Amino acid sequence: MSMTTADLLPCAEPVRFLDEHGQLTDPGPEATARGYAMPSDEDLLAVWRQMVIGRRFDTQATALTKQGRLAVYPSSRGQDACQVAPVLELQEQDWFFPTYRDSMALVSRGLDPIEVLTLLRGSWHCGYDPVQTHTAPQCTPLATQAVHAAGAGHGLARRGTDGVALCFIGDGATSEGDFHEGLNFAAVFNAPTVFFVQNNKFAISVPLAKQTKAPSLAYKGIGYGIRSEQVDGNDPAAVLAVTRAAYAHARAGHGPVLIEAHTYRLEAHTNADDATRYRQADEVTQWSERDPIARLRTYLTGTGALTAEIEEQVAAEAEAYAARVRERMNEEPVVAPLSLFDHVYAQQTPQLREQAQLVAAELEEVQG
Amino acid sequence: MSTMTFAQALNHALRDALTEDEDVLVFGEDVGQLGGVFRITDGLTADFGEDRCFDTPLAEAGIAGFAVGLAMQGFRPVIEMQFDAFGYPAFEQVVSHIAKMRNRTQSLLTMPIVIRMPYAGGIGGVEHHCDSSEGYYAHTPGLHVVTPATPADAYSLLREAISSPDPVVFMEPKALYWSKAELELPTRTEPFGTAAVRREGTDVTLVAYGPQVPNALKAAEVAESEEGWSVEVVDLRTITPFDDETVAASVRKTGRCLVVSEAQGFGGVGGEVAARVGERCFHSLAAPVLRVSGLDIPYPPPKLEHTHLPSVDRILDTMARLQWDDQPDTAHLAASR
Repeated sequence: MSMTTADLLPCAEPVRFLDEHGQLTDPGPEATARGYAMPSDEDLLAVWRQMVIGRRFDTQATALTKQGRLAVYPSSRGQDACQVAPVLELQEQDWFFPTYRDSMALVSRGLDPIEVLTLLRGSWHCGYDPVQTHTAPQCTPLATQAVHAAGAGHGLARRGTDGVALCFIGDGATSEGDFHEGLNFAAVFNAPTVFFVQNNKFAISVPLAKQTKAPSLAYKGIGYGIRSEQVDGNDPAAVLAVTRAAYAHARAGHGPVLIEAHTYRLEAHTNADDATRYRQADEVTQWSERDPIARLRTYLTGTGALTAEIEEQVAAEAEAYAARVRERMNEEPVVAPLSLFDHVYAQQTPQLREQAQLVAAELEEVQG
Repeated sequence: MSTMTFAQALNHALRDALTEDEDVLVFGEDVGQLGGVFRITDGLTADFGEDRCFDTPLAEAGIAGFAVGLAMQGFRPVIEMQFDAFGYPAFEQVVSHIAKMRNRTQSLLTMPIVIRMPYAGGIGGVEHHCDSSEGYYAHTPGLHVVTPATPADAYSLLREAISSPDPVVFMEPKALYWSKAELELPTRTEPFGTAAVRREGTDVTLVAYGPQVPNALKAAEVAESEEGWSVEVVDLRTITPFDDETVAASVRKTGRCLVVSEAQGFGGVGGEVAARVGERCFHSLAAPVLRVSGLDIPYPPPKLEHTHLPSVDRILDTMARLQWDDQPDTAHLAASR
């Protein structure tokens, strides 16, 4: 499929199916022409359920920082639709490339929450098995995972699978060179890679206006020949519809897709950050009113798909999930000093063997 | 047996690896139709197809990061950084991801990637084409840093690098690309972490690696014929892992050590070697460990590179500073010899 400029360009306005009040809205002819379709109530209910659980996980993790159980936690509250919908739509053979902010997405993928929190807990760098889970370690350097996702997408295609690589990225990271190299490599190799930019408006404290002059980050795909789109990141229905179409595009061998999701980080960069220094309270209030969970709840209640009974069930499920996380996090993690030497090389070098002996002797002395 | 250049030996190593393992992929800038600017990948695309040896966009971080993604899918990428100093944009990918992935994931996800890189000077290259960047990589846990000095090692160490479960920064001394040897392939020299004693001697140890090995050997010859000094030359071959055993055994035997490296000296591999020798051989040393290195300057323009590069004369002059004659406190060493 050779694409024209018109095929590459994002819709003039972010794609939206549900307005801020949870009312069904016409996504417009452009979105319809691209085949974006309102997902079924059943699919949306699954997204809503996971958003409720995901947010409960997020607030629990934030609380754990206050108790000193986590070294740091970057919340994604407010970005719940972005965290959940693209991930739920992934298939088993697909690979996911998350950043440090995407813990909610990782638990939505079904990963063990304690393994997800390992990095932030400080007991190791990555707690889950990336090969088994098809999930790369959470990436802290900005945008470096974009090139990994391009390579993985190419690898998945070469292996003859119809797998895609999903790369999450923040708005600040789109200024990094690796973002551009990732897009370019993915495009040149026609890699089945979906770059999903969560534009949450701030890179720590720096607002989007100081990050880019582009009217939409989605325009950055066009120069590379990549199909690009922008979506209302607080509309779970639109996020699901657009990522679903992107995966279909990539799976069909038509190459990568870049999506910009317009959303907002309701909390500070991390628990260690003071967001009142760089943004106004009324802006936060405005965005709170565009809450993706409330929006979808209104819609699904209206269609009758969501009942008070289901709400109660899911709330209880979320509470139980948080309680399990809390309980397990109360146990001190086991960190074995000598394991520091076990995973540097396949075979320890003589230099590391010497240092391991030194540490072993020190430990013996301490333990008597 | 046939006469083969260092460059041809590397080409054969890539060919044999591509033949033996379908998962080996060779890629980088100009490695395809052109066969690389030094022709190390000559004919690989023609013989193995564009799926196995291919050109990429011109972006070093992209090349290295793409290799990370492919390694996650079970491939064994062999990537080329066209020149030493062109590798710097990829530094973050190499240091933050390729080197650390095994560690981050407790050995569940490994990075069997080879980063080939022509390095060092002596060929009249202009700015950014002659850096000795091995120190940056040697300072990074998780990487092996390998630098062959003979065609046999070029073949063998590259084969080992490609089959290694860990990432290898494979530094090819470009001044040696055209050096020749009689060689029968496939050949296997000693594994990573084994230094080679290139020349035996009893009076002084010269420790060298990569581009400076031939220079050290020349200096040893001159010292022997003109001064009657018996000089042992140790070629490190791999910087990490480092062969403390061979180096220390040699210095314990000779009592004197001079480290020769082409890289600028301050904070470099030469200083590391000197420190390790000092720690292990203090009681055998008749003189302080000395270094001959490149100057602590950015790599100079071609018309001045001879000033920067360790010369045979500079090596000989420094050897003389190892307080050769009539050292009363070295009598025991002379006796033990």
